[in-house]
Amino acid sequence: MRRILSVIVVVLLVSARITAQHEGQEHVNESPTTGQASQPATEAGHEEAEFNPGEFAVHHIADANLFPLVNDAYLSLPCFVYAPSEGWHLFVSSVFQPEKEFNGKKAIDGYILSHGSIRRITDESFPKGSVDIGEISVKEEEINGKKKEIHYVNYNGKEYVTDAKTSWDGGLTGGGVTSFYDYSITKNVFSMLLVFFILLFVFFGIRKSYVKREGLAPKGLQSFLEPIFEFIRDDVAKPTIGHKYEKYMPFLLSLFFFILALNLFGQIPFFPGGANVTGNISVTIVLAILAFLVTNLNGNKHYWGHILWMPGVPAVLKVLIITPVEILGVFIKPFTLLLRLFANIAAGHIVILSFVGLIFLFGHSGVSMGGTVLGAVVSVPLTLFMSALELLVAFLQAFVFTLLVASYIGAATQEHH
Amino acid sequence: MYAAIGAGLAVIGAGIGIGNVGGKAMEAIARQPEALGDIRSNMILMAALVEGAALICMVLAFFVAK
Repeated sequence: MRRILSVIVVVLLVSARITAQHEGQEHVNESPTTGQASQPATEAGHEEAEFNPGEFAVHHIADANLFPLVNDAYLSLPCFVYAPSEGWHLFVSSVFQPEKEFNGKKAIDGYILSHGSIRRITDESFPKGSVDIGEISVKEEEINGKKKEIHYVNYNGKEYVTDAKTSWDGGLTGGGVTSFYDYSITKNVFSMLLVFFILLFVFFGIRKSYVKREGLAPKGLQSFLEPIFEFIRDDVAKPTIGHKYEKYMPFLLSLFFFILALNLFGQIPFFPGGANVTGNISVTIVLAILAFLVTNLNGNKHYWGHILWMPGVPAVLKVLIITPVEILGVFIKPFTLLLRLFANIAAGHIVILSFVGLIFLFGHSGVSMGGTVLGAVVSVPLTLFMSALELLVAFLQAFVFTLLVASYIGAATQEHH
Repeated sequence: MYAAIGAGLAVIGAGIGIGNVGGKAMEAIARQPEALGDIRSNMILMAALVEGAALICMVLAFFVAK
């Protein structure tokens, strides 16, 4: 009986994921033909272009300045943007009045909302204040030999180029320093804050029950989390760090629960989950920086001695090979940590979104009913299987991250023997 | 196009690595069935680390393709 019930719940969750994304993607990829303002053909979802599963997947993994709920409903989030030529602006993303596909109908002070994220019109002569704008189009262009997607906004018949926000990746993901900095509360920040408050609530609740039930056996949520604490203490911290493990237990536990909660929240297909936080490289970069700082600030003399001048090796080898490689290793170890977590979670999300996209591909974006049903029959078992695998990956990646950070800390603090 | 070829080569590496880990784990379980729990958890841990290496290459291929 319970088995049947659990199967039903899982199937319902999977179909919730599929319907939650269906309506919002009716008008995916309104590819512009000429960029002119008058395109009466591309209305009401009859004349749209082919469904593009790649863009569908990438769009759902990326960050956004609002939180999509059901169909075209969304939760608007506060936005702080800073442009060096103008200063700070603060608004809520609903002032852009986004409609289908989260393209805003209004421009505020030269900022628009395109496909859910804020962009700024580079032309300084664009009128300030709240302005009605025309269509927002995306064109792929070749700039410096690299293909980039430029978002244009149409106003009074003229096309204006818009900039994406500054990203500090030197142009790796098409970003680089642009004309404005975006410090808003985006979907990922909102999700991280939500997880933060939930974890605070859970752990302060446990603290209260530990104080109340001192000396007694644990009960309830306490008894659920205590084996996890003991697991991290006995199987992760003690074998790798040794007898000084207590100093690092808060850090390891916070890391583990934060990453685990973020991974699990990313798997839930509807609000308040559904934000792909750990699959975003900015978040994992910060976690790796934290691990780097904790390891290296606690490194003792033997650790640095082994890195810079490894004992027992001829001097020629040391200068040429060992020392440069060891110094590189100090940076590469946290780098692999962040890439591992990012790639595992993002790849899992992309695969699940591709399976869901199969339904739209088979049904030609909802036009053919038989194709849609066939797509669902093929896609739902695959999505179920991938979701189960993703659950395993969520736990495993949190555990592996914590284990590796603990072993790096252990290597940095171990005594000479 | 070359990005996709690179990603495919990376997955070959992952397949070989995880296959090795799994095979040796099976042999160890056959030798000593009572160590099943220990062997299983270590096998999963090793598979995650090997998979991490392959996925790093796949991320690089993704950046090249963009």
